[in-house]
Amino acid sequence: MAAGKSPEVLFWVGCSGSFDDRAKKITKAFVKILNKAGVEFAVLGTEESCTGDPAKRAGNEFLFQMQAMTNIEVMNAYEVKKVVTACPHCFNTLKNEYPSLGGDYDVVHHTQFLKSLLEDGRLTIEGGKFKGKRITFHDPCYLGRANNVYEAPRDLIKKLDAELVEMKNCRKKGLCCGAGGAQMFKEPEKGNKDINIERTEQALETRPDIVAAGCPFCNTMLTDGVKGKEKEEEIEVLDIAELIANADDL
Amino acid sequence: MNLIPQILFVLVLASGIGYFARNIKKLIRNIKLGKHIDRNDHPAERWKHMARIALGQQKMVVRPIAGFLHVIVYVGFIIINIEVLEIIIDGIFGTHRIFSFLGGFYDVLIGSFEILAFLVIVAVVIFWIRRNIMRLQRFIKPEMKGWPKNDANIILYFEVVLMLLFLTMNGSDLQLQHLGAEHYTQAGAFPVSQYLLPLFDGLSEGTLIVIERTAWWLHIVGILIFLNYLYFSKHLHILLAFPNTWYANLKPKGGFNNLEAVTKEEQLMMDPDADPFAAAEGDDAEGEPEKFGASDVTDLNQVQLLNAYTCTECGRCTSECPANQTGKKLSPRKIMMDTRDRLEEVGRNIDANNGTFKDDGKQLLDDYITREELWACTTCNACVEACPVSIDPLSIIMDMRRYLVMEQSAAPAELNNMMSNIENNAAPWPFNQMDRLNWKDE
Repeated sequence: MAAGKSPEVLFWVGCSGSFDDRAKKITKAFVKILNKAGVEFAVLGTEESCTGDPAKRAGNEFLFQMQAMTNIEVMNAYEVKKVVTACPHCFNTLKNEYPSLGGDYDVVHHTQFLKSLLEDGRLTIEGGKFKGKRITFHDPCYLGRANNVYEAPRDLIKKLDAELVEMKNCRKKGLCCGAGGAQMFKEPEKGNKDINIERTEQALETRPDIVAAGCPFCNTMLTDGVKGKEKEEEIEVLDIAELIANADDL
Repeated sequence: MNLIPQILFVLVLASGIGYFARNIKKLIRNIKLGKHIDRNDHPAERWKHMARIALGQQKMVVRPIAGFLHVIVYVGFIIINIEVLEIIIDGIFGTHRIFSFLGGFYDVLIGSFEILAFLVIVAVVIFWIRRNIMRLQRFIKPEMKGWPKNDANIILYFEVVLMLLFLTMNGSDLQLQHLGAEHYTQAGAFPVSQYLLPLFDGLSEGTLIVIERTAWWLHIVGILIFLNYLYFSKHLHILLAFPNTWYANLKPKGGFNNLEAVTKEEQLMMDPDADPFAAAEGDDAEGEPEKFGASDVTDLNQVQLLNAYTCTECGRCTSECPANQTGKKLSPRKIMMDTRDRLEEVGRNIDANNGTFKDDGKQLLDDYITREELWACTTCNACVEACPVSIDPLSIIMDMRRYLVMEQSAAPAELNNMMSNIENNAAPWPFNQMDRLNWKDE
């Protein structure tokens, strides 16, 4: 970006996508697809900071707005128009909470972006590898209920020739993975079960080969859940971007 | 002509409506104790939302059984109220079945009221069974003990009794019509109450008139008592669902409001020309800085307080809440019930102290809603999505968290770590910002 070019889209990597070992794989998978589709994109790299989402959900409006204003200053200086991110929390914050602070961009989630690449014929998805596999999709709260995006990830899964199986709580009634609202960063309150275990049980009920996620936090929570049930040998937890990259052996 | 019943009727009607109006005024005053919030944008969209959600019951039928039964009671309630209009006119002018001049149409009206009344009784009995015999999970949660449980049952008893009185009134009227009693004109169709006739067999005209009049009076007085019961009950939703859906948040649920007071302070902070000793604009006349977040009901906004009065404690929010499902203390319904209870307490305090609030050493935080409940929320919006009348418990939870963090620095220790990481390295984990692009080469 600092090179003075204006690429078609800014890929907002996010803190998970930059630092978390599991989420970095999602970042790389998504970048591979972007490269294959010939998308000219940029990242902010070391100029990117946390959107402030976890601070805001924890109640720290000061820290959130501080982060937002810093990021907006950077993005406005680069004249960013369109942003894509693989994290629904970043997506929600950038899309809904930045405009009134002076940061107005066209923000899309990576599943929406991939779907549009598909529709424009810039991307083709080979499904052979997943033929006959049962895939269940976990709706991230900040993509689904928070922003009414339910179909883009499902449309992509369907392109894989896989069998999309729904959990008993899906779409609007999707059960949280337990990480939202800054819960990712703390131990849960006292109860009789962890939320990610409850959700993993719902996923296992569909007898899936793959649990598909669209959020790095959900991915962590469900991966932990599947491990907790000792099913990690049979069941993979993968991001939609990874599914598509894997299908093409990228 | 004996005018006593008419005078009595007008007195009863006026005091019933008058007392109700007085309480509604109190309710509006209490709601106005909240902060102003601008929710008058996009009126066309708001009317549509109200028509869909409140009038059209769209969200009720998401749960088909409860939804279908509720639609019956709802439609019954609205339609049968046309009959109440006739009763009021008859009561004031001493007439009997004033609308009977409508002829065949009147028969259709009365006939459909009767069928609806019967269906309402059936629905209400099923509701009662679901609450008291089947004991559905969401009706027996801890916050439903005591008054909330009794309140729910009282409402059901009221509805059954009112419907039975209506049918008794019609049945005895029909029998009087058969006997050719004076004033009892041949009018109406009675598809349900005709089955009551055997009960009235052999009774004299005088006795029947007493039965008919008693049922008539008890029915209308019962309706007035029920009307006045609303304010003291969760049943206010039958009225408030309409304004509540009108004032709903129409923006994407994930977007939380940005506190303007914070924006102002941050801009001041970033402005090199700002006078650090000047009072911030948001401060009130006494120079007291604006409070961030909410620790009591008066810190909440008016729509949040309207939400609290609208809640009918159905518990759909709580049954969808991931924290509640996994045994945490948080129950979004309790958040709304606590808000309402505290608001009522503040209202009574104001009444008792000639219009001004006298500090009672209590507040919504800790005395009603505990910190443990607030920190258990994942902000997943399941409660907001589940509410059939667009109540937003999440916004109250968020405002209270804001108070805890910004006024009291009382976040859980792990969250404080997360926040200082963001402050220091621009990420919630202790990684160096300079390493953000390392994934590229790994």
